[in-house]
Amino acid sequence: MTELSLRRMTKRFGRLTAVEDVTLDIPDGTFVCLLGPSGCGKTTLLRLLAGLETPTEGQVIVAGEDQTTVPPEKREFGMVFQSLALFPHLSVADNIAYPLTIRGRSKAEVRERVETLLDLVQLSDLGDRRIHQLSGGQRQRVAIARGLAIDPRVFLLDEPLSALDANLREHMQVELRQLQQRLGVTTIVVTHDQKEALTMADVVIVMNEGRVQQIGSPMEIYRDPANAFVAGFIGTSNLLPCTLNTDRSIEVFDYRFDVEEEDRLKSDPGAGLVLSVRPEDVRLEAPSTGIPAKVIFIRDLGESIQFVLDQGDHEIYALYAPSARPDIGLGEEVGVTFAPGKRVVFPA
Amino acid sequence: MSGMRQNSTPGWLPFVPVAWLLLFFLVPFAIMLTVSVAHRVPGGFYEPGFEFDSYLRFFSVFFGRILLTSILISAGAAVICVLLAFPFTLSLARMKQRGQTIVLVILLSVLSLSEVIIGFSLSTLLSKTAGVGNLLAALGFIEESRAYTPSLFALMAGMCYLALPYSVLVLYPPVSRLDPELGEAARMMGASPFQTFRTVTVPMLRKPMMGALILVFVFTLGVYLLPQVLGQPQHWTLSVHITDQAIFQSNLPFAAAMAVLLLLVSLAMVGLSLLLGRDKVTDT
Repeated sequence: MTELSLRRMTKRFGRLTAVEDVTLDIPDGTFVCLLGPSGCGKTTLLRLLAGLETPTEGQVIVAGEDQTTVPPEKREFGMVFQSLALFPHLSVADNIAYPLTIRGRSKAEVRERVETLLDLVQLSDLGDRRIHQLSGGQRQRVAIARGLAIDPRVFLLDEPLSALDANLREHMQVELRQLQQRLGVTTIVVTHDQKEALTMADVVIVMNEGRVQQIGSPMEIYRDPANAFVAGFIGTSNLLPCTLNTDRSIEVFDYRFDVEEEDRLKSDPGAGLVLSVRPEDVRLEAPSTGIPAKVIFIRDLGESIQFVLDQGDHEIYALYAPSARPDIGLGEEVGVTFAPGKRVVFPA
Repeated sequence: MSGMRQNSTPGWLPFVPVAWLLLFFLVPFAIMLTVSVAHRVPGGFYEPGFEFDSYLRFFSVFFGRILLTSILISAGAAVICVLLAFPFTLSLARMKQRGQTIVLVILLSVLSLSEVIIGFSLSTLLSKTAGVGNLLAALGFIEESRAYTPSLFALMAGMCYLALPYSVLVLYPPVSRLDPELGEAARMMGASPFQTFRTVTVPMLRKPMMGALILVFVFTLGVYLLPQVLGQPQHWTLSVHITDQAIFQSNLPFAAAMAVLLLLVSLAMVGLSLLLGRDKVTDT
């Protein structure tokens, strides 16, 4: 069942178009990540869903009902803000109870629900604390518990983990995902962190410049990016200018090779196209083959070794497993080739 | 490590403000205290002495009424002023940056008007012959023009005019720093705009509001010209009586004693409101 739909949603702020012509269908119980660089319109899209912004054009449909003009307090959504927006003048328990007390629920009911929620986010003993007495991770949990207090139809989170340090963030990603699976609530998370999106989401929506670039599972997005932007944004891809000839050969700089069956061509033959190759599919060979380049940096990342190569106009990244590390040192001249079947050509 | 530490402010610097405070606040206050216990020479000036005659005059119904009037007028002005300033500041903080700057500049320029100018302008504006009465009569709201001064209304209008910029300036920084996401969070959780105002905006700004109340209260306690220009004799405050005693009755010991009392009353009210404000914050 489709829980949540956007129809031709557009939002303009003066002359700036923050969200342009977005149409989405989100099935019930899905965990969706809105992923994109800052300023791509993902937060505006979330706020449009929440009712905190009024769309310039388009509709929000929840469970078949048009909710476009319904104010946020009538939508029965839960939301976690980037700043968390916890109320410093209320205790932890009162923060979580806020959506219940504002709805005039009985004291006994509120107390019971707050206890359940505190339990859910593992903060049972901290109900009487003030917000400023909590650590970052604990505040995060309070905000999540508060957002879930009314069993929301849709749970929205705006960069919820961005204030946490790296270790805690990864831990909370897993925890949030598990919580969502347990409750089955339709969840939409805005993030600029691709790792976070790939970890948590059933569906990733990649956005850029106000438009949806690709919608798909994390694997689809990673393995089969729809365009050069997605290829460059998800994982690090080398994006190099290339020409696709009608005889199914590709020219990159002065290096020319034939297209193999597994290589993907997303463009008609022509000049000024983009060749996308993942760093793990870049091969370093003798200087006589491929693209001549010079090793300008070697970084040992533990589970892999990264080589940064200078081609002249472009930097090319190559990634090797430590066991397969080629015997190449800093400053050496090499020839760069690309693993057959792993090459993708996009329109520019 | 401590030997490495460079202190850029010289150690004697804190003593400068202390010296200024001593010179310009404590010394005059000491003089006032001495005068307040001096012996008054009826028909003349005063001579040094140590007697509590001036203080004993406080214990009368007449004087009690003056004190009560002063406190009520100032408290009333403080409440009205903050009630006006609070919504004003909230909408000011929502304006665009440029608009905010313009309003703040206008507000600051109002500060350059003295009590005298405000008092006499209002007394003209509210008079029968040249005031708004004529306008109201011309528009048909009232039969014929009338004077709105001297009255409690005129006095309150003057005091609020005088103190409003200060209360806005006290409220503006915390109001503009208030995270708009807090209000949005409340809306998302089911609160109507009014409920959001009542349960989030007001409690979050309780302390600055208390600060503005205290400021206006203490500020208007010291106003001595407006009650004479815009008020009736029963609205004369302690400050007016101090002026009256010091300048027209030449009774400096009594004027000084009243000034000491005024100071104590101000301090007591400030302390009381701080106490009340703190209790409310920890209760919720």
